[in-house]
Amino acid sequence: MLADRDRIFKNLYGIRDWGLEGARARGAWDGTKAILDKGRDWIINEMKASGLRGRGGAGFPTGLKWSFMPKQTDGRPHYLVVNADESEPGTCKDREILRHDPHLLVEGCLIASFAMGAHAAYIYVRGEFIRERERLQAAVDQAYEAKLIGPNNVHGFDFDLYVSHGAGAYICGEETALLESLEGKKGMPRLKPPFPANVGLYGCPTTVNNVESIAVAPDILRRGAAWFSSIGRPNNTGTKLFCISGHVNRPCNVEEEMGITFRELVERHAGGIRGGWDNLLAIIPGGSSVPLLPASQCDNLIMDFDALRDLKSGLGTAAVIVMDKSTDLVRAIARISYFYKHESCGQCTPCREGTGWMWRVLTRMADGRASRREIDLLLEVTTQVEGHTICALGDAAAWPIQGLIRHFRHEIERRIDAYAARPDAAPVSIAAE
Amino acid sequence: MSVRRLAPAELQPKAFAFTAGNLAFAEKELKKYPEGRQASAVISLMWRAQAQAGGWLPEAAIRYVADLVGLPRIRALEIATFYTMFNLAPVGRHYVQVCGTTPCMLRGAEDLKEVCRNKIGEQGHVTADGKFSWIEVECLGACVNAPMLQINEDNYEDLTPQILARILDDLAAGKTPAPGPQIDRQFSAPLGGPTTLTDPSLAGGAAPVSGLPAAAPTQPRAD
Repeated sequence: MLADRDRIFKNLYGIRDWGLEGARARGAWDGTKAILDKGRDWIINEMKASGLRGRGGAGFPTGLKWSFMPKQTDGRPHYLVVNADESEPGTCKDREILRHDPHLLVEGCLIASFAMGAHAAYIYVRGEFIRERERLQAAVDQAYEAKLIGPNNVHGFDFDLYVSHGAGAYICGEETALLESLEGKKGMPRLKPPFPANVGLYGCPTTVNNVESIAVAPDILRRGAAWFSSIGRPNNTGTKLFCISGHVNRPCNVEEEMGITFRELVERHAGGIRGGWDNLLAIIPGGSSVPLLPASQCDNLIMDFDALRDLKSGLGTAAVIVMDKSTDLVRAIARISYFYKHESCGQCTPCREGTGWMWRVLTRMADGRASRREIDLLLEVTTQVEGHTICALGDAAAWPIQGLIRHFRHEIERRIDAYAARPDAAPVSIAAE
Repeated sequence: MSVRRLAPAELQPKAFAFTAGNLAFAEKELKKYPEGRQASAVISLMWRAQAQAGGWLPEAAIRYVADLVGLPRIRALEIATFYTMFNLAPVGRHYVQVCGTTPCMLRGAEDLKEVCRNKIGEQGHVTADGKFSWIEVECLGACVNAPMLQINEDNYEDLTPQILARILDDLAAGKTPAPGPQIDRQFSAPLGGPTTLTDPSLAGGAAPVSGLPAAAPTQPRAD
């Protein structure tokens, strides 16, 4: 188990002071000037060497992303945009950073912006996080007052940090939709290329990073890339905030090392599976977008990017949703399908039409009001949505259903057969949606 | 996608204008963005307009904000109908948003919806005294404290039907129930106490704060 001194979020549970004084006592804002004095290249190289992969879900190497920003400005300003639009079902880690350790994020914004030559940064907080936004703004105000950021600050790098927010749209967590929203438009994703590093916010070079990716940067640079990369497995390094929800005895957030096994994670921190280990049915290991895994694959399951990818699932945001044997699994996945139907921005036809269609078919299947042939039809439709949309929401809507059919086709078939055997069963018209 | 339409004409007020306090807020907000990019403030100003109008966004307010940030009115209308936290019709003074997405559903969100149905009525219905209305919303991002819901600005977490009924009764009686986890638990730490971050040297010698700021009920916004 990770030792407490190796944890970055030392106030994860809000037991101690969130403010500047408390954050300083825990090590934040310590030697920030010395880090900046090492220069942009050193910071980016150190971030690359740490092996940090983006914590927002896709796992793209953070240092590499920073290095995509132009080295010299062509007259356009550079921007850092922090994605605090945390809305992936199961995920509630950034919320704890915003309200309990906001200074790690503020300091990270300064360092990351310096490394990318950005003199202004925006933090886009989801609309529902009202108290969290107030807390973050209070921390930003403290940093301004202490001259840690702002014009003529003690670090000798003029830097403005603004807190902005949305108003209820999951899609704004997609980086280009977030930029659209920040520009005062509907949050509809943009086609890439051009990538934000060339044409981002207001047409200027922009990097969009997750809250956790930015908030861990100061500690990585203070303690060294070698420290961070010594935790976890190669290509899957460092510490990670896990959110354990669903059918466990004590749901919680916890910072652990990457590559911890699912079993240790749940039994050590979350009080074990409700009703005991053998009562486990399935888990969704990385937020609602990733395919579920059946209990049979959970015994020695390693929780990191590569191990979960090898099982055709993913670490995503490391939000583990646990489902025990009392779960109506088809209905649980149908509810996720409803979520994607609700949150589709409507821009691409396969997603706008497909998410609703998939939800309606899956809802019928939950009752058994379907024919067996429709299972393959549904699977076929998920592959028609997947990869045929501007952003990954179409993929995210398809994968949970693919996971369900991959591992629990027998359960859907059982329901269909049971319904057909009922004397009052109405004839099923196939896919008449 | 959801289809969202403006409230019927008979519910719409004729005119809308910011109070002096909100105008000052708007000026500050507009300064956050570079010259010529004032449209960026549209969401936060509509949010403020919604608060001033009593929890919903009348058409007049949409037009007012559009003019204020220099956005064509149709673009502002698009924003108001796209973002689901903008209420296009009146809501109760205590506006209850029940999270119904899978992590909350697994831990009993359906039962919470039933409590709301019994105590308030159907979704979207405003009680006769204007005090309550409720809707089901998508993931509110407090999944390890499921099931949970948001009432106006505050989250109520780790609920049971009994606890929710009591909270609604308290609100109806004019009391302010404390937000946050409703069981003996430190925010998102496991029930029974944290399994990590127990090393006393972590605080670097600083004493843990005595009060927990986020757990205390906060004053409603003055404007």
